[in-house]
Amino acid sequence: MQDLGIKVLFMGNNFWRLLGGLGITIKISLIAVAISIVLGIFMGMIMTVKNPVTKAVTRIYLEFVRIMPQLVLLFIVYFGATKTFGINLSGQLSAVIVFAFWGTAEMGDLVRSALISIPKHQYESGEAIGLTRIQLYRYIIIPQTLRRLIPLSINLATRMIKTTSLIVLIGVVEVMKVGQQIIEANRYTVPNSALWIYGTIFFMYFFTCWPISLVSSWLEKKWAN
Amino acid sequence: MYSEEKLLEIHNLVKDYGNGPILKGVSLDIHKGEVLVVIGPSGCGKSTLLRCMNGLESIKSGEILLDGNVITGNKTKWSEVRQKIGMVFQSYDLFPHMSVIDNILLGPVKVQKRDKKDVEKEAEILLERVGLLEKKNVYPRQLSGGQKQRVAIVRALIMHPEIMLFDEVTAALDPEMVREVLDVMLELAKNGSTMVIVTHEMQFARAVADRVVFLDGGEIVETDTPENFFTAPKTERAQKFLNTFTFDVK
Repeated sequence: MQDLGIKVLFMGNNFWRLLGGLGITIKISLIAVAISIVLGIFMGMIMTVKNPVTKAVTRIYLEFVRIMPQLVLLFIVYFGATKTFGINLSGQLSAVIVFAFWGTAEMGDLVRSALISIPKHQYESGEAIGLTRIQLYRYIIIPQTLRRLIPLSINLATRMIKTTSLIVLIGVVEVMKVGQQIIEANRYTVPNSALWIYGTIFFMYFFTCWPISLVSSWLEKKWAN
Repeated sequence: MYSEEKLLEIHNLVKDYGNGPILKGVSLDIHKGEVLVVIGPSGCGKSTLLRCMNGLESIKSGEILLDGNVITGNKTKWSEVRQKIGMVFQSYDLFPHMSVIDNILLGPVKVQKRDKKDVEKEAEILLERVGLLEKKNVYPRQLSGGQKQRVAIVRALIMHPEIMLFDEVTAALDPEMVREVLDVMLELAKNGSTMVIVTHEMQFARAVADRVVFLDGGEIVETDTPENFFTAPKTERAQKFLNTFTFDVK
């Protein structure tokens, strides 16, 4: 009876509901990634400042975010904020906050490493042909920084998309949750649907992240120096 | 031979990185059309001297004049001065994200606002001269060290500088590529370019120089014609330095 599981997918509008869930996943990821990129660029610039206090603060921020499981962060923001401050954050908003908080730190570190990886001689060669500061950044430094940065930040984006599957645990109805609901609703009529539904979700994630990875490795190859 | 007209004057230049002076009051004139070679042991300050000449290093005291105008003041527009003082570095830093021709055009088109078509024609002539016209559209990563360095020279030349500075331009090259770069520099010298060359290639120094300056411990120890300097150095320090380049089998 194993082959019957797939029929759940085509019952009613189940497949479209799954796609809708995927839409929520992508929406939250995109908003978080967009915020992370903008704030991360500033964070990365701050991270290159040689002041010891700024260095320490940004370092602690980055380490904190890296060590802390994203799930714990989600719980702290979603449940903690409500309990402690009486602020009622929706699951989606909590998710965006946590993922942007995480992404900003990671993106900042990527921007920092891209900035410091431009050799001093690139600045000097630019100055030696009379470029002004602004021209130097516009034609020499920023294009090279972006080339190093874009493939790395695309990888970060795919990691963030994958990790949003955790937000099912704070009650956001995204693709995983919709999948669970469909499985539960058909528990008695189609007991074997789990493999099919989760399998479908697997491919949905795959086809969301794979093209992004392809673009990233294509860019990496194209820009290899 | 070079004229009497002074192009660049250095008066009592002192440079200090904070742990003792690296240049202790250097005075030097460079004349129009002159090829001046600066030699000396590692750490003697010769690269620093060169870098001070186009403002890559700030100076502690003294002054530098280009065409009679002080360029070491606070109000110096280095972007303008550097168009007149071309520089080629040891590490041939072409811009890796641009093709050879774009590397060459960047300065003339963006800084000097010259017409792109005219500059491109000139670039082709210069590339032809250094034997790299067929590499016009390739990226720096596809070039050998010697080829990159020749492109770097073209990139500096196309700005029509009044003076060219060469900072140990062959030091990072494989031995078999040194010659092709030195040949380009020799040809420039023959055509009357004003050049200041920091180098460890003694034979080349002797062949190309109008005047040799020996720098040691942050000061000029000896200045002479290459013939005199290399055959009969006056100071003991210069003799000692030149001896390190010869192997006497006893």
